[in-house]
Amino acid sequence: MPIFRKKQYAVVKVRKRDMPDGLWLKCPACEEVLYKKELESALGVCPHCQYHFQIGRAERIAQLTEPGTFEEWDADLSSVDVLEFAGDSTYVTKLTENIRKTGHREAVTCGRARIGPHAVGFGVMDFAFLGASMGSVVGEKITRLIERSTQGGLPVVLICASGGARMYEGMFSLMQMAKTSAALARHADARLPYIPVLTHPTTAGVMASFATLGDVILAEPGALIGFAGPRVIRETTQQELPEGFQRSEFLLRHGLIDIVVHRRNLKSTLVALLDCLHPVPAPTPEAVVAASA
Amino acid sequence: MPVSLLPFEKPVAELEAKLDELRRFSEAQDIDVSAEIQQMEAKIAEMRRRIYAELTPWQIVQVARHPQRPYTRDYLQLWKCDFVELHGDRLYADDAAIVGGLARLNDHPVVIIGTQKGRDTKSNVECNFGCAFPEGYRKALRLMRLADKFGLPIITLIDTPGAYPGVQSEERHIAEAIAVNLREMFRFRVPIVVCVTGEGGSGGALGIGVGDRVIILQYAYYSVISPEGCAAILWKDRTYADRAAQALKLTAPDLLRAGLVDEVIPEPEGGAHRDPAQMADRLKEAILRHLRELEKQTEAERVALRYAKFRRLGVYHEKTEGPASQNMASVRPSS
Ligand SMILES: [Zn+2]
Repeated sequence: MPIFRKKQYAVVKVRKRDMPDGLWLKCPACEEVLYKKELESALGVCPHCQYHFQIGRAERIAQLTEPGTFEEWDADLSSVDVLEFAGDSTYVTKLTENIRKTGHREAVTCGRARIGPHAVGFGVMDFAFLGASMGSVVGEKITRLIERSTQGGLPVVLICASGGARMYEGMFSLMQMAKTSAALARHADARLPYIPVLTHPTTAGVMASFATLGDVILAEPGALIGFAGPRVIRETTQQELPEGFQRSEFLLRHGLIDIVVHRRNLKSTLVALLDCLHPVPAPTPEAVVAASA
Repeated sequence: MPVSLLPFEKPVAELEAKLDELRRFSEAQDIDVSAEIQQMEAKIAEMRRRIYAELTPWQIVQVARHPQRPYTRDYLQLWKCDFVELHGDRLYADDAAIVGGLARLNDHPVVIIGTQKGRDTKSNVECNFGCAFPEGYRKALRLMRLADKFGLPIITLIDTPGAYPGVQSEERHIAEAIAVNLREMFRFRVPIVVCVTGEGGSGGALGIGVGDRVIILQYAYYSVISPEGCAAILWKDRTYADRAAQALKLTAPDLLRAGLVDEVIPEPEGGAHRDPAQMADRLKEAILRHLRELEKQTEAERVALRYAKFRRLGVYHEKTEGPASQNMASVRPSS
């Protein structure tokens, strides 16, 4: 249920004297026109106003994990039109479109990686794929990520995003909340740290399950985070929504998350947390000798 | 109080009006028409049976939302279970949308927790039309911890359109309240029987919905989103709720077929609201039967089986080295 329509970023080609032809985009927050390369080197954060753009999985993996250490798990899982959903457009059509658009089979990529010195189970949800809605595959891949990390003694770092449930899968979608939470109970019982990072937007069933069950919960600035969507709340309650409602900073003020972290500091923050929660054992003298030989 | 009729029961309503007329006529004229009355009563029953045998998913949703449907407090009363209500989450408030406490079900001490809707404007304002706030879920968690500590089975009754979507809900972190319940319900060592008695509204229902058995009344429904909400998003028009209800496969028989629930409890002819006492008896019988089975398990077995029960829910395709395999939720869970 992608509650949030994808923001339409105006992609404009502009001819400038000093620059070759290139892709330019307009920051939706401050409306500055940005050179795409410049935005990329700034990790997808507007250099003028610090607006955090949504970024893809490859960018996340590159920004947070050590080069060459990410090893993907369960890439072969794909969705099934289990209800033979009879809607306006079929589930199969939607899936096909999204697979073509993103080049991925589903809305989450999971695996094993190293963040600084820390081996971790690592997952990235991708809003570009059907609003990162949670269906059976998303639930299954995240559950396997957690279970395998429990078995391997690994912390879990999960970059969360979601517009809601995968309506096309009906109750199977809802049950992924239970499944992932169950796996996290076991991971926690093994005294392994779990750190979800909430990105724009993280809502609904994902929020009411694994996104909220972290030992430490991080969020990117300005991300929309909540259970019910703002439109639903406005329509149901006829309430005026407070300034900044359901944004990362609002959640921080209300004591619901631990830290709002600028993307440029995300990796160092994760490393600092893992250094304390799950210290890498100091190398034995023999290992030091072997490494220097 | 007369039973209010749903739109699709109109043919029955017409016959019932005629029956009333006949009765009045017989009284006024002092003529014995008992044979005709009996005949007409049989015809009405037959017609209702026919209508209820062919309810569409959307009509079932209407029955589940019937304003006279028995709610948690009705069952507690009908069960004569010495219910001692316990209040509050110890943190913020006592949410009237979730009722909980200690009870003795056929002399079997248990903790019962259920969502509660109102019958009139005043009670509906009090309990928010059965939509719980975070404090409701936290009260439920507190009582489940109590149950686990003292070895009492947990019974939950679910009839809610969903958790309350409001500013205060978000500020007090409704998502966390539900998520923590999900995780903790996998840890409790005591048996948990979940009963969907009316509306199983998404995360708000699942927030007290993890158990060793999940049973559902015949005309209850359980869905990831309301049919109206689904219609608004996928058809861009809430009036397509009937189609959405069909597409979502949210009825009790559909859920049983998919392995998402363990048992469907038949309702009295014309729905639970026609005979709440009978419904209460059937539901109690089913709950006690499941508890008897579950009490044969060791705590460790129970916790492991509960994990396995939810772990396998999901349908996906997996390309492996051999032929592609497809995971299907098993049709009937093993006990
Ligand atoms: Zn900007």
